[in-house]
Amino acid sequence: MSLLQSTQFRPDPTTPTTRRALIRAWPEFQNPVAWLVALILVIMPLIANGFFLIEIFATTLILGIIALSLMFLAGYGGMVSLMQLTIAGFAGYMVAVFGVSGNANISLGWPWWLATPMALALATLFGTLGGALAVRTEGIYTIMITLAIGAAFYYFTNQNWAIFNGHTGINTVATPHFWGVDWRADIAFYYVTLGVAAICYFAVQYVSRAPFGLALQGVRDNSRRMAALGFNPNAHRIAAYAFAAFIAALGGVLQVWNYRQISPGSVSVGACIDVLIIAVVGGITRPIGPFIGALIFVLLRTFALDVLIKFGLDGNRFRLLIGLGFLAIVFWSSDGVIGLWERWRRRSASSTQRSDGGRHG
Amino acid sequence: MARFIERHPAWALIVIIAVAVLLWLVFAIWPPGLEAAIGRKRLFLNAVLNGITLGGLYFLVASGFTLIFGLMRNVNLAHGSLYLFGGYIGYAISTWTGSWILSFIVAFIAVALVGVILQLAVFRRMEGQDLRQTMVTIGLSIVFADLMLWVFGGDFYQVQTPSWLIGPVQLPLLTAIKSSGEPVYLQYPLVRLVIFAASVVIGIAMWLALNRTRIGMIVRAGVDDRDILAATGVRIQLVFVLVFALGAGLAGIAGVVGGTFQSLSPGEDTRFLLASLVVVIVGGMGSIPGAALGAVIIGLAEQLGSVYIPTYAIVVTFLIMVVVLALRPQGLLARR
Repeated sequence: MSLLQSTQFRPDPTTPTTRRALIRAWPEFQNPVAWLVALILVIMPLIANGFFLIEIFATTLILGIIALSLMFLAGYGGMVSLMQLTIAGFAGYMVAVFGVSGNANISLGWPWWLATPMALALATLFGTLGGALAVRTEGIYTIMITLAIGAAFYYFTNQNWAIFNGHTGINTVATPHFWGVDWRADIAFYYVTLGVAAICYFAVQYVSRAPFGLALQGVRDNSRRMAALGFNPNAHRIAAYAFAAFIAALGGVLQVWNYRQISPGSVSVGACIDVLIIAVVGGITRPIGPFIGALIFVLLRTFALDVLIKFGLDGNRFRLLIGLGFLAIVFWSSDGVIGLWERWRRRSASSTQRSDGGRHG
Repeated sequence: MARFIERHPAWALIVIIAVAVLLWLVFAIWPPGLEAAIGRKRLFLNAVLNGITLGGLYFLVASGFTLIFGLMRNVNLAHGSLYLFGGYIGYAISTWTGSWILSFIVAFIAVALVGVILQLAVFRRMEGQDLRQTMVTIGLSIVFADLMLWVFGGDFYQVQTPSWLIGPVQLPLLTAIKSSGEPVYLQYPLVRLVIFAASVVIGIAMWLALNRTRIGMIVRAGVDDRDILAATGVRIQLVFVLVFALGAGLAGIAGVVGGTFQSLSPGEDTRFLLASLVVVIVGGMGSIPGAALGAVIIGLAEQLGSVYIPTYAIVVTFLIMVVVLALRPQGLLARR
């Protein structure tokens, strides 16, 4: 079974070959809804003010990028890694440590164009090493090991003052400023995150259809058979971890630029689990899922307080709401919100479409 | 044991040397040079005893976790919540009735009931879907954590130690010789020793129950191959419920223990979940002796680490996990 093939656009045989190849590679180009969403995202600064632009949409995109890396591992590799946020947090810390920040005794003060690639490289290395550790076991063991790595990193940042500055973290991290543009200004930053998110999204789409991605899905479905065919399952898995770590690191860099500070709270176990929730609620079979999940999560986190109080309930029960919502999704739709949407659409559009059971994991 | 020495002579030698060094460090009077290098012997002995007793607590938490995992392949990530819930229940009972022993019994029963409900209402419906079960336990841990925060708030609670357990006891371990030639013995809190003894008793009882009784035989068979076991006519669902209740109840007891010699607050659930994860990864998943060994190793590493290399204590724990995963991915005492 391939989740991808079942959702892939089936080209009309009359279209020319080159165009058909393009469509097969990027089925989004045929979908009017995708164009509409892209258009809305691009002209968002005209619609939304600063609060919505940064607090809702940029935050959604950043969380979406981090969750996308988890989706890639879980959906195509069958490895549920809870350390993706830890990798992102590590990248954020590295930006703060190598770059310029308010804690001059820790930060090395490198310019951003040196500090950022360094952070990305180190975080990718970190994720790859963690992945190399995690692939030594399989299935649910992966969850346990990656959770242990994430939790260990959290406690380590809390204890270590030399590099991570203990539980206060690193504040007033400098953000890039070049070509006369302050890239942390609301609109510029929104476009940066949108651009990075789009690149990550298409990169994941592309990789999932490239030979490597197909082999990875083969490893997910039957690693023994892939090994018999001459593939090296563990090498594919570790490479997948490396790719996902790079994506998570991009998200982490954006996150530290967004908040301008980083502290152990940003890499806590709860936050690691939030990323899993985002990916699962959105749906881990398609790269768009994490972004949908992130939007729901951010909207809930921002407005649950007001809504709960409006209904006369205790506003502090946001996490309860999130937990119950997550449970409901896990119970009734193994494919997250996307699965629910697909099911609803299939029901309403009668039975012309092929039926596919959205399996995951 | 003999087979282990035959098969891995080098490892056996390393283990024997390590044990010998440890015994010497514990029983000998330290020469002044050593004391100058790594500090007083009292400090070291305290760290070792703290580590071992903490290991007892970790064992109580992790044994339930590993039992549930071994039989049902259910990574119960809500295990930390069960621990914290047991602790809160124990606190409520002990302040209400003033009885420390009663708080253990009530915590065991209450948390075991929660476990029964979970198994019947949730996990039974998604049997065989490991990943989905694990996700559900994550969701449950979030819900439980918030509910407990709602009811008990963010305060620290400590279960009152009963008066007959308060105070230090003198151990026959020399820490130093005074200049007058008078030996100085180590003083250590009685309650921690009693709790450690109790966890050893529980561990041995579990081992006996698993290896010497009919139920234990069924459980062991289920760990090996539950499909065949079910095919032989054992009412496997009943066994699942019992094991889940026992594992959850142990977490509840551990909660009261943890509430007595540490404290209870939101966040402790993740701490103990992490501890049981690492213990079980190190010791071997699904193995009770493995949980005991892993618990003592991790407890010692944590306490000695926090005394001698405070900023990197957690890294030591983590490094142990990494080394075990690198050399023996299935855990130290797992059979596979």
